[in-house]
Amino acid sequence: MQDSRTPAVSMRNITKVFGSIVANHNVNLDIYRGEILSLLGENGSGKTTLMNMLSGIYFPDDGEIMMDGEPVMISSPKDAFDHGIGMIHQHFKLVNVFSAAQNIILGINEAEGKKVKGFSKLDMEAASKRIREICDLYGFDVDPDQKVYDMSVSQKQTVEIVKVLFRGADILILDEPTAVLTPQETEKLFAVLRNMKADGKTVIIITHKLHEVEAISDKVAILRKGEYIGTLITKETNAQEMTNMMVGREVKLNINRPEPKNVRPRLEIKGLTVKTDDGITKLDDVSFTANTGEVLGIAGISGCGQKELLEAIAGLQPIEKGEIDYVEDDGKRVNLVGMDPIKIDMLGVSLAFVPEDRLGMGLVANMDLADNMMLRSFRRKGSIAGFTDRETPRKLAEKVVDELEVVTPSIGTPVRRLSGGNVQKVLVGREIAMNPTVLMSAYAVRGLDINASYMIYDLINQQKERGVAVVFVGEDLDVLLELSDRILVLCGGKVSGIVDGRKTDKNELGLLMTKLGGGEVG
Amino acid sequence: MDKSVKEPLIHITKRKMISKKQEWAIRLGSILLALIVCAIITTITTHLNPFSVYASMWEGSFGSERKIWSLLKELSILLMISVALTPAFKMRFWNLGGGGQTMAGVLATTTCMITLGGKVPSGVLIIISLIAALAAGAFWAFIPAFCRAKWNTNETLFTLMMNYVATQIVAYFIIIWESPKGSGKIGVINSSSQAGWLPVIGGKQYLLVVLIAVIVTVAMFIYLKYTKQGYELSVVGESENTARYVGINVGKVIIRTLIICGVICGLTGWLLVAGTDHTMTTTIEAGRGFLGVMVAWLAHFNPLGMILSGLLLVFMSRGAGEISTAFGLNKSFGDILTGVILFFVIGSEFFINYQIHFRKSHRKEAADV
Repeated sequence: MQDSRTPAVSMRNITKVFGSIVANHNVNLDIYRGEILSLLGENGSGKTTLMNMLSGIYFPDDGEIMMDGEPVMISSPKDAFDHGIGMIHQHFKLVNVFSAAQNIILGINEAEGKKVKGFSKLDMEAASKRIREICDLYGFDVDPDQKVYDMSVSQKQTVEIVKVLFRGADILILDEPTAVLTPQETEKLFAVLRNMKADGKTVIIITHKLHEVEAISDKVAILRKGEYIGTLITKETNAQEMTNMMVGREVKLNINRPEPKNVRPRLEIKGLTVKTDDGITKLDDVSFTANTGEVLGIAGISGCGQKELLEAIAGLQPIEKGEIDYVEDDGKRVNLVGMDPIKIDMLGVSLAFVPEDRLGMGLVANMDLADNMMLRSFRRKGSIAGFTDRETPRKLAEKVVDELEVVTPSIGTPVRRLSGGNVQKVLVGREIAMNPTVLMSAYAVRGLDINASYMIYDLINQQKERGVAVVFVGEDLDVLLELSDRILVLCGGKVSGIVDGRKTDKNELGLLMTKLGGGEVG
Repeated sequence: MDKSVKEPLIHITKRKMISKKQEWAIRLGSILLALIVCAIITTITTHLNPFSVYASMWEGSFGSERKIWSLLKELSILLMISVALTPAFKMRFWNLGGGGQTMAGVLATTTCMITLGGKVPSGVLIIISLIAALAAGAFWAFIPAFCRAKWNTNETLFTLMMNYVATQIVAYFIIIWESPKGSGKIGVINSSSQAGWLPVIGGKQYLLVVLIAVIVTVAMFIYLKYTKQGYELSVVGESENTARYVGINVGKVIIRTLIICGVICGLTGWLLVAGTDHTMTTTIEAGRGFLGVMVAWLAHFNPLGMILSGLLLVFMSRGAGEISTAFGLNKSFGDILTGVILFFVIGSEFFINYQIHFRKSHRKEAADV
């Protein structure tokens, strides 16, 4: 694609290698002033690495960077700022006990006032004034005196953006900015980005969400496995084309949602309250029912009690109050409160749990596939008492590798060597092999590429059709809306609503997530 | 414009996979290199022929049947303590208290032999002192394990300090039982009756010790590799969260594993007093609690591998002693050679895990012009 203008930034033949991993290979990318460019690619496609080279965190092994047609040398974040490039990282870099203004001026001399006997006086007032000017110009909502620890995630992100603007950046790079935001906050962020564009700033958004690309960007540049695939004008393309470029071949983009069959209550949770060791309430009077043959999606901003809810059911969280009733096929009820995973297992309750932290909780990173399969089964009686049965787990590992197409050198490979998607397949494969009656999963597709994600959705639907009660904690609302039969929304440890997955929409969920909708819905 | 090549001269990456063959080639290569460096040091500082120095080191360990047996005894005791520490290390419980746990066994055995000697038949005394030694070692290991399981105390400091406590208690009892009075020593216990002494089997004084060490080592290998408990403790070591997730009681596993450590250390203490030394001194354990840490690490916690790493360390220390007497050298000279060799052996682990790349040709300079 040719453009007669001179690009603001032009990256030529950029290559970056980490050990044996080629993160970027001969990438060519042009960025023009006054545009919003999406950098699209799957996890591990080298988006962040590429932008880190632009912002001075990494230095390219090969290739060159030109700004307005002149070759430049960016070897530190300071160099990047000198060239007007600022990056907002996925993980915020703010000092919690400082105010917004203190964080913004941290490390620059802008706020220096008159020198008194060689010491320069810190002029906070002038700084605050400039911060307000920036906010007014673009529509930010920042109180310069508010402490960071008092801020919500989206406010912290705003501070990060203002910080970059304060330093005079006119090319802004945002790394997955919406990952931590609700739909409403995302809209607000996008509005601000549009204002910045109108002011002539250049914005680069790193993302892997297609609908965001469509909503905000003028152009979209696609990376795949470290290589530059091409740049498209957003208006002239569609989700399918972008996906195909991202993945490298044709993929179907709709998730199945079979009609639930034989719906009966399986888990009944009543008044569940969980507190941390420090006495902070993580779950507050949570009640709901998970049914057989149904996918119950759980939505909420991260940290609203999703983790605690699943762990409480799995017997890993001390429970303050409430009941967790497991309803057997014959209608008999067993209260699972106060039981550890072994006791639950001994009752014959087959509860599969795919936790958020795959390598730190669901699996043992340094053990091989066979030994990881053994985690669930090693207590079963072997041929000699006290000794482990190595044969069954080995066979199971082979079966999982075979059926779920796990890419691994051998079943003797430590799972930490596998890619994220394959790690998740191993974990899900093991849990499904338990023949569960309840399957709980937390962020099952986080970090997975599109193919692996769809395989997981398929597995979840298979389990649902087998009559398993599936509890699916998700972060991508589009996925939750396509996969779940019902969606429970958590907000600050409380249930803010249970809605029908076929009838609700993103807006309603977003309102429930921030409790703006208020009240019980379903 | 500054366009100098920023690629560093050398750069280090972690190796992905390495074959057993390569691994051993690196290890043997490092020992060979160490011997060359030692030879240079020897020639420069002492003007002796390094080969005759090496030959006498070999002599010191394998020169006569007596020397071989005493090497085997040393190796057995060191091996037992190393093996005792292994399950704790696999569980990432850094037990530096092998010495103290052995001393507990030493003290228990001595107490039984002194107080019960002559009062019960020797065979019964042997069994009583064995039980007492095992219990004492287990108790000494139980204390830090319990505190770690209950209050998450730091086991490294705790076990380390317990060593000094054990040594001081032993010192106290040495004063109480010293004989002859004023010597500050206990002397040989039950020297005339030999009550509580382990029997000599096959006419070889140390054969029993060697056999027990072999059994313990093989048993530990099997325990770690094939039993459910062995599997549990490695899960706890790798990730306590995963252990919790599958319902393993982490505290229980920690305490159980440390009791096993303590029992084997107690057994070692029993062998030291009843089997080999027949006395108690504050230095009877001779730093093996720490040496055992190195043996275990060098063998990557494989009990069978510890036979090799233990042999290397025992061989070095005996060889160092031999050359200082044979050539009239300062004892420190032997230590220098030991140090150099260990440095290379431990250093080889770095090259097994990491790969070093040197900077390639300056392709960028050509592009610059």
